[in-house]
Amino acid sequence: MTKPRSRHLAAQVRVEAKAYSITVMSKPAAISVSSLNKSYGPVTAVDHISFDIVAGSITGLLGGNGAGKTTTIAMIMGLVLPTGGAITVLGHDMLRERYRVLHRMNFESPYVEMPLRLTVRQNLTVFGRLYGLTSLRERIADIARALGLEHLLDRPTGKLSAGQKTRVSLAKALINEPDLLLLDEPTASLDPDTADWVRNHLMDYRDRNDATILLASHNMPEVERMCSRVLMMQSGKVVDDGSPADLLAKYGRATLEDVFLDVARNRQASVVDMSQDEAAQ
Amino acid sequence: MSFSDTHPGFSPRRVGAMVLRHWYLLRSSWPRTFELIYWPTVQMLMWGFFQLYLVETSSAFAAAAGVLLGGILLWDVLFRGQLGFSISFLEEMWSRNMGHLMMTPLRPSEFVASLMTMSLIRVMIGFIPVTFLAIVFFGFNVWQLGFALAIFFLNLFLTSWSFGLFVSGLVLRNGLGAENLAWSMMFLLLPLCCVYYPLETLPDWLQMISLALPPTYVFEGMRALLLEQTFRGDLMVWAFALNAVLFAFAFWSFMHFYDASRRAGALLQLGE
Repeated sequence: MTKPRSRHLAAQVRVEAKAYSITVMSKPAAISVSSLNKSYGPVTAVDHISFDIVAGSITGLLGGNGAGKTTTIAMIMGLVLPTGGAITVLGHDMLRERYRVLHRMNFESPYVEMPLRLTVRQNLTVFGRLYGLTSLRERIADIARALGLEHLLDRPTGKLSAGQKTRVSLAKALINEPDLLLLDEPTASLDPDTADWVRNHLMDYRDRNDATILLASHNMPEVERMCSRVLMMQSGKVVDDGSPADLLAKYGRATLEDVFLDVARNRQASVVDMSQDEAAQ
Repeated sequence: MSFSDTHPGFSPRRVGAMVLRHWYLLRSSWPRTFELIYWPTVQMLMWGFFQLYLVETSSAFAAAAGVLLGGILLWDVLFRGQLGFSISFLEEMWSRNMGHLMMTPLRPSEFVASLMTMSLIRVMIGFIPVTFLAIVFFGFNVWQLGFALAIFFLNLFLTSWSFGLFVSGLVLRNGLGAENLAWSMMFLLLPLCCVYYPLETLPDWLQMISLALPPTYVFEGMRALLLEQTFRGDLMVWAFALNAVLFAFAFWSFMHFYDASRRAGALLQLGE
């Protein structure tokens, strides 16, 4: 079978895989998940998955509806109790020591609202206090400046546009400068300009703070652009795992969207045979 | 980033943050504040005038003046205490904020403490003006009960928080479909805990149930104080003991429902 872009990709994959393995070896895991499973009666939502997420990386969790992405993120946050398995976050067992690590984490999803009657400033004040922040006034001013929310601080959150609400949710998610940020489709329902702005801000944040970001998304270009690693989920299982370039090469595809469709439709990965490639060279 | 409070134990600062959240909400919505005063005032006026009528037509009622109004005011503390707790909880459900909250370091015990504080604040916003209206309209001064009133209050609040905890747990586990229980469950106590009549009025078998409920001792104690000018400490000891058991059971239930909600994956998608 002819592999599109195979020679070029194989070389790229080798370089990225080497860089990735060096990174993996040199940094501790921010999240370590072992044989994690979740069943709701006869329905298995997450089926004995295991993975480590390297500190300081941006990892994408990809999969169709019902693949188990949100359940996995919710279990990492401790909002859903697993049926079995272990989760370690920033060195702490999330099932036993959740409250030792929650102040170092945060979460953003357009599907979980913030109190709409409270002003932006009031919401940020409440969440800042819940995270035990000192100098909260200065912190709110800083984050409002960074996210362009200064003129919105005294407006009720419910009166804002979708894009403005997303920025407020992001401000809440970053208020404690988390070491681990969990994002569930952070740019869903945003226009391309705002979505691009949010992505840039998140990448800047990671670069500045060496934070770890785990991102569930359906937006393939977003994942391709932001993530150094992608976990592909289907029917509660991690069916593939690698850098975006790695997966493109493995499936012989030009875009992650095509890879996603291959996985969703149970097409086999057409793994690039590197030895053949090298021989051809 | 500087944190003042990252220890995993109980944190009054986080309780304060949640109280502040509900205070902001009350401040932002005058109908919410007005509702706290409206019903207690209507109740007190209606039953106050009814008591005036009874006093004028019956010498027996003339001797018991104040018992009906005292019952009304204390029942309102019990009912509004539970409602204040449950509504503060429901506000989080209505705003779909539970996922955010439970992702913060806020512990369930701190959340419960904030709901108890809000229940106290909400009841006082309604109760204090109404007690002064009762003095103006009917010459009934509930504050004259002094120390006894504080003991009555404490017991009634403990019962109302226990019911609020239990109902909130049910809603947490079953979603807003169980919301109506928050409005109606307390009325089960109205006939059983002898708000307007003495315990002996009930049939023997029902008295056994009534005696298992802490508010029964409070209302009996109130009548003893108003009719016989006697503070019944023994009744208050029983009320506290039963409240301790009731509150422990309610907190255990809430934690059980909270864990069940986490097992069912309901915290992120709480709705109907």
